[in-house]
Amino acid sequence: MLRLFLAGLAILCACLTANAQEAGLQPLLQEHQATISKSSRKTIKPAIDAIAASGLPQAQAMLETWVAKDMWMRKSDGLFFAGEKADGAYVLTDFDTGEVVGSFEKSDLKQLKPNSGVRAMIATALVQFQLTDPSRSKRAAALQSIQRDPDGTLLEPLRASIDDEPDADLKAQKQRLERLLTIGYEADTAARVAAIKEMSGDLSVDVRAALNPLVVTKRQAAVEVPTEANVTVLLEPGSEALSKADAYDLLVASDLAAPLISADDIRAALAANIDGDRVGDIPVAQLNIDVARTQAYAALAEAGVAPALITQADIDAALGAHVFFETYAEPSPEVTAVAEKALEQIELKVGVNQMLDLTLDAISLASIYFLAAIGLAITFGVMGVINMAHGEFIMMGAYTGYVVQQFILDHTLSIIVAIPMAFAVTFAMGVAMERLVIRWLYARPLETLLATFGISIALQQLAKNIFGTQARPLTAPGWLDGAWVLNDVVSISYIRIAIFVLALIFLGLFLYIMKRTRLGLEMRAVTQNPRMAGSMGINPGRVNMLTFGLGSGIAGIAGVAIGLFAKVTSDLGNDYIVQSFMTVVVGGVGNIWGALAGAGMIGFLQKGIEWMNPSNTLAAQTYMIIFIIIFIQFRPRGIIALKGRAAGD
Amino acid sequence: MDRSFVAKNPSVLVFLAILSLFALGVTVLSEGFGIGVISTSFVKTLGKALCLCLIAVAMDLVWGFTGILSLGHFAFFGLGGYMIGMWLMYERTRLIVVDSLAQADIPPTSAEVVDAIGTQIFGVVGSSEFPFIWAFSHSLTLQLILIVLVPGLLALIFGWLAFRSRVTGVYLSILTQAMTLALALYLFQNDSGLRGNNGLSGLQNLPGVTASQDVVSIWFFWASALALGMGYMLAAWIVSGKFGSVIRGIRDNEARVRFLGYSVEVYKLAVFTLTACIAAIAGALYYPQAGIINPEEMAPIASIYLAVWVAIGGRGRLYGAVIGAAFVSLLSTWFTGGQAPDIPLGFYTIKWVDWWQVLLGVSFVLVTLFAPQGIGGLFDLLSNRHHPDRHGSNLGPDDGALREKEAS
Repeated sequence: MLRLFLAGLAILCACLTANAQEAGLQPLLQEHQATISKSSRKTIKPAIDAIAASGLPQAQAMLETWVAKDMWMRKSDGLFFAGEKADGAYVLTDFDTGEVVGSFEKSDLKQLKPNSGVRAMIATALVQFQLTDPSRSKRAAALQSIQRDPDGTLLEPLRASIDDEPDADLKAQKQRLERLLTIGYEADTAARVAAIKEMSGDLSVDVRAALNPLVVTKRQAAVEVPTEANVTVLLEPGSEALSKADAYDLLVASDLAAPLISADDIRAALAANIDGDRVGDIPVAQLNIDVARTQAYAALAEAGVAPALITQADIDAALGAHVFFETYAEPSPEVTAVAEKALEQIELKVGVNQMLDLTLDAISLASIYFLAAIGLAITFGVMGVINMAHGEFIMMGAYTGYVVQQFILDHTLSIIVAIPMAFAVTFAMGVAMERLVIRWLYARPLETLLATFGISIALQQLAKNIFGTQARPLTAPGWLDGAWVLNDVVSISYIRIAIFVLALIFLGLFLYIMKRTRLGLEMRAVTQNPRMAGSMGINPGRVNMLTFGLGSGIAGIAGVAIGLFAKVTSDLGNDYIVQSFMTVVVGGVGNIWGALAGAGMIGFLQKGIEWMNPSNTLAAQTYMIIFIIIFIQFRPRGIIALKGRAAGD
Repeated sequence: MDRSFVAKNPSVLVFLAILSLFALGVTVLSEGFGIGVISTSFVKTLGKALCLCLIAVAMDLVWGFTGILSLGHFAFFGLGGYMIGMWLMYERTRLIVVDSLAQADIPPTSAEVVDAIGTQIFGVVGSSEFPFIWAFSHSLTLQLILIVLVPGLLALIFGWLAFRSRVTGVYLSILTQAMTLALALYLFQNDSGLRGNNGLSGLQNLPGVTASQDVVSIWFFWASALALGMGYMLAAWIVSGKFGSVIRGIRDNEARVRFLGYSVEVYKLAVFTLTACIAAIAGALYYPQAGIINPEEMAPIASIYLAVWVAIGGRGRLYGAVIGAAFVSLLSTWFTGGQAPDIPLGFYTIKWVDWWQVLLGVSFVLVTLFAPQGIGGLFDLLSNRHHPDRHGSNLGPDDGALREKEAS
């Protein structure tokens, strides 16, 4: 209402000042001299509106000067000028003529320093000038400013500027913005309904932002339903939508009933009325139960020193005497009905898109798990070696990437170098570990677990000693920054896409090595029956060494990829080790498709649970692990179980 | 029966004698009851070490004798600590609250007292309501029962699920580790009802006890020593009877024991649940001495350390577990506490605070590779015991079976 009124006032001022146009801006400024020089957010509005509505070409320059705190008032006659410092004095320029008036001492002048609130108002007024500014960037900035802070007074200037807009792109933006402002601020209901209908089905956040205020409801209580209100729904106290307690609170809030006496109030009243060692004839020492307190309070109320207790009967009577309902803030029922319908449509579409977004998220999480687990699928899945230091290989890969970036500054090149480097480092580490430790323990898998755990804590501490405890950055190349934005709901960052692609590459690479190369053939032979493989001329020791090295090397590369989005710390591996084992166990040991299925299941499951309870990722992980424990009950060998002789026992 | 048990297991008598001598010695040297050579904080460290020895005995029972490498027993340990911590915290807060409310003009109602306690305890996590898991926290008796009941039930349910689907070997280890992780993550939430990552604190103060920490620390030390002695006797009694033979059989060749008609799952479940209860009791004694418990303590890595202690001490013999836990945990305290002297190498100074973990990790690998019998193996040298010659074959084909090198 106030806005409409002010807009009307502005138009009125415009009419008045139309006569004064010949006289220029200065008389207008003088008209509002007091408010301008006071520059208070509360009173400045008419002055700014008048200037903006004057239609004078110099008004824009004047407002810009004002915002920049370059407007000065000459104390002698109270006239306003643009001031510029020169040689210790200030050169004043007239707004209307653009002529230099003269140079003045600072003591003769008063600088106008609008505060941030006032500056924001001036900026809004400036927008309408900027909308028709010759410079494209200024027009775009003006549009952005309207988007940030929509205002009904801007609707007319915006509409006026659409037809003359030369840039097609900006024109579309302007038209869209005009629709949005129409929804919110147009006086004509039919035009608003049309605009809402036009925009329904649009997924953008700004459409929802324009529609949502229209359907905001407010709960009210009254003796009877007011006729002019746009009532949504009548509420029955004691129903599911409105409990009796809430209904009574509503009555209290609208001053229709006396507030309830809370336990604290009773206590305070009792404490205030202690008479000797008794309150209302009850000894203070006995007031440690509620019944005695109520009794004592009733006595106080009867004596008139405290307000009477509100009984359930009082509450029921008050509730019965009033009606409860929800009203829209928006007075027009036509608009709210259309807006509700449009929002419903949008909600549905948003829901579908959110599912899509969630799916993308889940796929990306699954590919991270897959990448972390693929090395383990080789060492644990194929060889049956529990490598608790697998997480530390991931960590070493990430640190290798960090070290490479210290020497090669170009991010793209450094990542290209880091990937084979990480593979080389962790491959060598894996081979050394296999030769020195693991090969002695092939018959004792539980001891392997403990020995590799020893290596794991030693490596973690070593990394801490070398690189310190703070996180080290592993910066992604610039072309991986940003995200692929489908619309306001669905977006996915390029790094995640890159990780997905990397996971696919590794899947292909793994399949190629296992199925198409000599090494893969030997690996499978040694896994199934080492003695038989040995008698066929395969050196099982060498094959085991290479297999373990390969698995470790892939973990190193995964480390580079993970380091791009996670913080590189010495306990980076801890975050992935349990999940990696889970992935392999759930998916099924000894089968790359199993690892893929396991990663997919865990990723989707985790995102699904997070979606149901978005505030709590910890709970999501907890429930996921519990689910996995139960899942193992039904498929102890994982989703894809090996059959026949390959299954071992 | 009792006579024959001691006669069959002279080591139990020796162990109990050493334990009581140790307890007596510490008491004489302590500040609370003796000449004050040992500081109170060191008494607490020793008391905590005794609790760790107790859980190591439990771990040895489940891993060394039954062949189940459980990476979840520290979760039970922590749960036991939480259970006693709930009573300690409730009762202490209640005393403070009642004290402060007594200053007011009007005596408080019991509901007001409970509300005030709730506000005090759960203020840090932005709540003031008592979650339902605190329903029994006002009663010491009930909470003491819960110490064994809650971890015991958890172990029973988890074990039943795991053993009936024949999850064995490393899979079971991973599964128990997952359980521990799930529990720790759950407790990390603020709305878990156990104060999230703040944990429970101030547990060292016994409510209603005015004695100084010097004295209280000795009480707990005695209690820990008593619990360790009883736990050790129980474990020794279990492994010395027919039950012990069956679980060793399960360790070395599960399938064969099953074919002989034993219900392997029931035996495993019994051992798993019993050791979980022992672990919980150890935890309930440990955390009042530590003073604070938070979910960090239950992280999967703690349970792996437990396995490390048992392996270093020598699995498959109870005193090995005790020695391993005491040795490694006290050594760890010594190294990480900054007491160990730095070693200057000229170009680099080895600070043990930084390098202790590396040393532990490496020595652990070395023990696994070269001394599978652990420290306990030294006693075989002393007593001049010779291994039966199995001509290189191991005791059994199972993942948890002892290998010839580690059998004694």
